[in-house]
Amino acid sequence: MRRELAGDVGRAKEMDETVSEFFRRTILKIPMTEMMTILKTWNFLSENQLQTVNFRQRKESLVQDLVLLCEENRASLKDAALLDIIYTQFHRHQKVWDVFQMSKGPGEDIDLFDMEQFKSSFKKILKRALKNVTVSFRDAEENAVWIRIAWGTQYRKPNQYKPAYVVYYSQTPYAFTSSSQLKSNLPLLGQALTIASKHHQIVKMDLRSRYLDSLKAIVFKQYNQTFETHNSTTPLQERSLGLDINMDSRIIHENKIEKERVQRVTQEIFGDYPQPRLEFAQYKLETKFKSDLNGGILAEREEPLRCLVKFSSPHLLEALKSLAPAGIADAPLSPLLTCIPNKGMNYFKIRDK
Amino acid sequence: MSVLRPLDKLPGLNTATILLVGTEDALLQQLADAMLKEDCTSELKVHLAKSLPLPSNVNRPRIDLIVFVVNLHSKHSLRNVEESLHHVDATFFLGKVSFLATGAGRESHCSIHRNTVVKLARTYRSPLLFCDLEIGDFRVTMAQRLVRMLQICAGHVPSVSALNLLSLLQSSENPSLEDL
Repeated sequence: MRRELAGDVGRAKEMDETVSEFFRRTILKIPMTEMMTILKTWNFLSENQLQTVNFRQRKESLVQDLVLLCEENRASLKDAALLDIIYTQFHRHQKVWDVFQMSKGPGEDIDLFDMEQFKSSFKKILKRALKNVTVSFRDAEENAVWIRIAWGTQYRKPNQYKPAYVVYYSQTPYAFTSSSQLKSNLPLLGQALTIASKHHQIVKMDLRSRYLDSLKAIVFKQYNQTFETHNSTTPLQERSLGLDINMDSRIIHENKIEKERVQRVTQEIFGDYPQPRLEFAQYKLETKFKSDLNGGILAEREEPLRCLVKFSSPHLLEALKSLAPAGIADAPLSPLLTCIPNKGMNYFKIRDK
Repeated sequence: MSVLRPLDKLPGLNTATILLVGTEDALLQQLADAMLKEDCTSELKVHLAKSLPLPSNVNRPRIDLIVFVVNLHSKHSLRNVEESLHHVDATFFLGKVSFLATGAGRESHCSIHRNTVVKLARTYRSPLLFCDLEIGDFRVTMAQRLVRMLQICAGHVPSVSALNLLSLLQSSENPSLEDL
């Protein structure tokens, strides 16, 4: 009896230590300049408590003080996970996000969506399969929910330091997940998402970026649409004037007409508004060798020829947009390059038909 | 197709006109701005063109110097210059054409070998200048040099002609294998 009690106490203390260590590491990640904003968003420590802390001391001691306050408030793993979600929301650009698209089966009607039901069923599915898993939720703007999943296995406790993040917009067929190292859990995650959101099927789209908001703009078609330029009221000359406004009369552009054409074509394809932000596009080409002349070693080759072209830029679509006006490429650009936002993909496979 | 000839028009009074040909509009524009900032007794006019031939329906002054700008990072820009060269009259190459290669500074980005442009310039017996136009200071120096060349080509510098300048520039460089 006594031994059992001691064991219990020991385990409880141990739990506390892992939690406080998790707190320590999470707070340590937060840059000093954002500390106050993030803690206030978290809203776990009271205003009074925060005022007692000296934010001008070294970061290590500040973290120590904050962890003590958390312990005082009997903070749980759940609170720590919430803080981690908030940190990730502030630093969403540090992750690479994948997009999943879900669909309903034929004849399935749109059900009434209940966020609480979604959360509990999502959690239940993961818990049933893995037993050890930490799932936390935080509601965000525009009916979105941020989900943090710390994976464990049947026999091992969840690893809090390599979590996966999922952002799901309720009543839409799209979910965004941070690319996680644990590929083996991906099917389970997909399953949980489909069932909890009452969909039928889930596919990973060939779309990936650091910029969650841009991905969202692309899949929800919130970026500028091309038709807007056609019935735009400003005449073309007036708009293209912007470029030539501070021009010296001693500089004469010989190819003015061609220049205007390039500008018009570019505007028709990309529109007037800022492009969503992506940082790469990849094209995989697999094609059989074809030749009018018979023979040659390549003609008998069974294997297709493979080629990989990768474009990268801090702001790929804006870069593509400025290619033709800068004279680096001819206008219009290849549809393979310009279809990225429309098709919602930046990973392409090109094969023989 | 209209061929550009150097002496088919009368010169404008105290006017020197340069024609910059190249695909990259932004670079040409910056170079033109830099040239116009130079202090110069002649009245400068800078024409920018993507390629030759020039549109024929416009009235333009006599062109005193053509500079073909090749960006070493882009094969497209080299091909464009090669094709444009067909529309220049042979007499222009008596000192009134020059090649300018930009982008040699970042060698890893180059898709055209230096020798290719050197050969091109030799074939047309015209000087080849190297300059990274993207770097402001280099651009200013190049602009100064071009303005000076232009003044000579326009005949605004007493006792030096375009042909003089050409022979001066050529002798200062290593003779090519064919010349030996």
